[in-house]
Amino acid sequence: MEQPLYLIPLFPLIGFLLNGLLLGRLGKKTISFIACTSVGLSFLFGLKFFFDLLSLPDTARIIENVFFTWIPAGQFHVNVAFLLDPLSAVMVLVVSGVSFIIHIYSIGYMHDDAGYGRYFTYLNLFVFSMLMLVLADNYLLMFVGWEGVGLCSYLLIGFWFEKKSASDAGKKAFIVNRIGDFGFLLGMFIIFWQTGSLDFKTALDPAVAHSVFAVGGGMITAATLLMFLGATGKSAQIPLYVWLPDAMEGPTPVSALIHAATMVTAGVYMIARSNVLYMMAPATMAVVAIVGVATAIFAGSIALAQNDIKRVLAYSTVSQLGYMFTACGVAAFSAGIFHLMTHAFFKALLFLGSGSVIHAMAGQQDMRYMGGLKKRMPITFWTFLIATLAITGIPGLSGFFSKDEILWKSFSSDYGSIWIWLIGLITAGMTAFYMFRLVFLTFYGEERMDSHTREHLHESPKVMTVPLSILAVLSVIGGYVGIPHILGGDNRFEKFLEPVMKGVHHSVEGEHALASAAHNGSTELILMVGSVVLVAVFIYLAYHFYIKNIAAAGKLRQRFSGLHKIIYGKYFVDELYNAVIVQPLVVGSKFLWKIFDVLIIDGFINGMAVIIGDMSTGLRPAQSGILRTYTTIFLVGVIVILGIVLIFG
Amino acid sequence: MPDYNLRLIIPEIFLFLWALFIIAFDLGTKRKNPKLIGYLTMGGIAATAVLLYLYHGGISFNNMFKSDPLALFFKVIFLGSAFMAVGSSFDIIAQKIKNHRGEFFGLVLFSTVGMMFLASAGELISLYIGLELTTIPLFILAAYYKDDRISVEAGLKYLVIGAFSSAILLYGLSLLYGLSGTTDIVMMKINLALLYLNTNGIGWALLMAIVMVLAGIGFKLALVPFHMWAPDVYQGAPTPITALLSVGSKAAGVVAFMRIFIDGLYGFADAVMFPLDWGNIVAVLAAAAMILGNISALRQKNIKRMLAYSSIAQIGYVMVGMVAVSELGVGSVGYYMFIYLFANMGAFAVATIFNDNTGSDSIASYAGLSKSSPMISAFMAIFLLSLAGIPPLAGFAAKFFVFAAGIQAGYTWLVILALLTAVVSLYYYANVIKMMYFAPDNPTIKLNTPLSANIVLIIGVAGLIIFGVYPEPILNFALDTARVFGF
Repeated sequence: MEQPLYLIPLFPLIGFLLNGLLLGRLGKKTISFIACTSVGLSFLFGLKFFFDLLSLPDTARIIENVFFTWIPAGQFHVNVAFLLDPLSAVMVLVVSGVSFIIHIYSIGYMHDDAGYGRYFTYLNLFVFSMLMLVLADNYLLMFVGWEGVGLCSYLLIGFWFEKKSASDAGKKAFIVNRIGDFGFLLGMFIIFWQTGSLDFKTALDPAVAHSVFAVGGGMITAATLLMFLGATGKSAQIPLYVWLPDAMEGPTPVSALIHAATMVTAGVYMIARSNVLYMMAPATMAVVAIVGVATAIFAGSIALAQNDIKRVLAYSTVSQLGYMFTACGVAAFSAGIFHLMTHAFFKALLFLGSGSVIHAMAGQQDMRYMGGLKKRMPITFWTFLIATLAITGIPGLSGFFSKDEILWKSFSSDYGSIWIWLIGLITAGMTAFYMFRLVFLTFYGEERMDSHTREHLHESPKVMTVPLSILAVLSVIGGYVGIPHILGGDNRFEKFLEPVMKGVHHSVEGEHALASAAHNGSTELILMVGSVVLVAVFIYLAYHFYIKNIAAAGKLRQRFSGLHKIIYGKYFVDELYNAVIVQPLVVGSKFLWKIFDVLIIDGFINGMAVIIGDMSTGLRPAQSGILRTYTTIFLVGVIVILGIVLIFG
Repeated sequence: MPDYNLRLIIPEIFLFLWALFIIAFDLGTKRKNPKLIGYLTMGGIAATAVLLYLYHGGISFNNMFKSDPLALFFKVIFLGSAFMAVGSSFDIIAQKIKNHRGEFFGLVLFSTVGMMFLASAGELISLYIGLELTTIPLFILAAYYKDDRISVEAGLKYLVIGAFSSAILLYGLSLLYGLSGTTDIVMMKINLALLYLNTNGIGWALLMAIVMVLAGIGFKLALVPFHMWAPDVYQGAPTPITALLSVGSKAAGVVAFMRIFIDGLYGFADAVMFPLDWGNIVAVLAAAAMILGNISALRQKNIKRMLAYSSIAQIGYVMVGMVAVSELGVGSVGYYMFIYLFANMGAFAVATIFNDNTGSDSIASYAGLSKSSPMISAFMAIFLLSLAGIPPLAGFAAKFFVFAAGIQAGYTWLVILALLTAVVSLYYYANVIKMMYFAPDNPTIKLNTPLSANIVLIIGVAGLIIFGVYPEPILNFALDTARVFGF
């Protein structure tokens, strides 16, 4: 089916151009009107095409739109073309929907900022790039979006570039992402080299993939691993997660949109999109699952001891992304995307809620100076609590369904193992602890801020609280599209995505009946109850340490002061990278700069420039302006060429 | 039975009559309405384009006039360059040319008619006549500032060297006729091949013919060493005429080259004559053009002279695609010329506007222009960056295709040289941008642009950006022209 899909990314592009070109000439109202309307239109068109998609039969749910041929260079043929299938439809709706809500919220949050126009310009560009990323029908166009969102992320992290920490964080994000992008590019080259195409339709066709790659072979393993490296950069996984916590230097709505809900999930999307290739490389799948679950527990443990409200949420994001990768690694791609969607709702809500708190606290982000905000900011508190319950996996809320599915799949899948499940479970406990620690420190207890701040405490304006409420509703109901069989649902979400997950069904064809037989009802139920109980225990622990018996927390910290230092210091990974990678690079670069660059290269280049410049001067006398000379040169030219030709002919 | 398919030359007839009408109208209105005749001229060019769209495709006058894709493609370029040249000359007409305004526009149109006939020529004599009809109005136009010594000198130099090169070209053509017994290019191709097979080698007569025709067309292309006239003439001529010379007239040379060499002398492009095939000779000249043009441009202080040398270098790049003698080669040359139209006409239009407002052509006087005229400066930067071949502007795609064709045909050394000289070229293009953006501003000059010039600038910029990101339609159109040669 052919539909004008370009309408989805078109409007944010127009918004970006309008606001960007007329920067400084428009009033704030006009700017935000342009920016919000454009994203709203994207969402509406996304919705329209989504329903078009639903109206098609299950197996034929693909809408295409070839816009034009972009690079026609012999064999290498790339279109600017869009593809809407169930997977990209989910992504389009999540991206444009959450973006729209956050755009509205930003009107209130950024109201007094001097860079108002610049902010919305970048934000529109981001939405455009992100939509290109998820709608692209080939890897190269996807990469354009991939780089575009990276650029916007850089610009927005360093939005307050006059602050050194902000511009440093921007640079860090950009450089770390470049490492990942390099991997992605190489992976892409291998795919093109082997399959002769970058189109999803060709390169990700199981028949094509199986004809050029051997299952478990070196080439497919290399390609998928390299692409996974790209994913670890963009989606902040070990070893490239270090940029995301620093990215919190950007405005909070940006953290919510880019560094929680949308951009950082691009890696998960890319792997789910490439499921055909990943399923052919079991070694890579194991790496993905292990890296994912390791990141989950690693980042989760760091979040236990942070005091900055946004940092806790940042590490929580890294940890939750780890869950999504775990899901991909155990071949439960739909579960990963499911968690991606619910996470987008509640994590965006958590960030926006923290933004509301920071807004009220006049920029204070340290939870040690908060407390008792429950009464001061009721809407913020209640919505925040809902999101917290969702992320901890309290039954009935969205996070419960998605997280539980991941845990169950990591236990039951052929690619899973009890160890992965166990680590995931412990992480779930940690999540419950640090999230409730955050809630208790921020909203309960005594008010620990100074009196000046206390006087100014206020609930945020409607333009900020309404988006919070909408996201709260989504955080509650978002999970009901994927109720598992065991709870009487039929997991419609997974079924919806099934046509895209060709790799999964290609490899387990025939085993399908077997798998569902192994779908042991009672085991699943026991595990589910077990994880809920564990979460409850950890919530109680948080309650114990941060409400009931505050002194106990201090004592505990003293008792394990070494461990606390390590966790509080984020395992000193930044320091390690600095010592092992950054410093040697700096020293090496200095050497190259001073010796190689300045002396040899510059010397050579400058020398060349002087020589060529002198040649230019030297050529001048010939251009004497005398007609006789010109005619003579013309004639001599003819005669010389003739002479050469005739002598050698 | 000769077939006078007059339908096919309706566009040329119309444009010719329109030129007469413009001159008569100017006289009839007592030269009171410079703007109106300008717009009438532009309208006439646009109308010709519409007629071209309606009436094309076929052969008439017994193969003397071919309305094939190649002709169509280049006629679009000619009309475009005439349109943009006229559009950017309104201020000059108002300020510097008090009398003979109608003739100015009329001569531009006559020259354009010449280019159009040239592009359609299927036979040597009509080709030669087209070439002369193109050039003779330009002699007059180059000298159009009658009281300006430099302009008159430019016209005279152009005339003398033009006549000189015509003589050599005619000599070459007569040799070709003598060898093949025909002036029809397709017949010539066949007869030359037969002759070659019969005599088992072809001797010096053909070599002489090749070199002489090359010299004659090389003059139009300003190919080294037949380029000496270009800097002086470009500098002296009214700037819009310089632009027309550097794009329209040059494209006419390109199409003449294609008709004679790629079609008529196809068999002698490579292996048969190695190493003295015309492909190798032209490659050497192209290399010389790239080196000399780019290096000479470095130290120029006058923007028109700088652009003159730049256009000498640009024809070197065009020839890289030409010597490939392949579908991609011909297509890439067409694409290159099409993009060159936007970039070079645009750059000259800015130079015209600048000169109209300040009376200066020196690069140094562009200092600080970005502060007072940010839009014009940004446009100029885009034109120059496209000429330098910076992505995502169309100039990059143009260079890419030309180089790809060169590599494909085995001219690797030439492409490497082209890449190196392209790096050099960035220096003098960027130098102007540096002046506009980073030099401390002189007393700020506000540039006033007439509407017509704004249209020209916007066409130029839009063309470069759109076809840079989306080259497909032009490229397909250009590749289509290669069908003419039956590769």
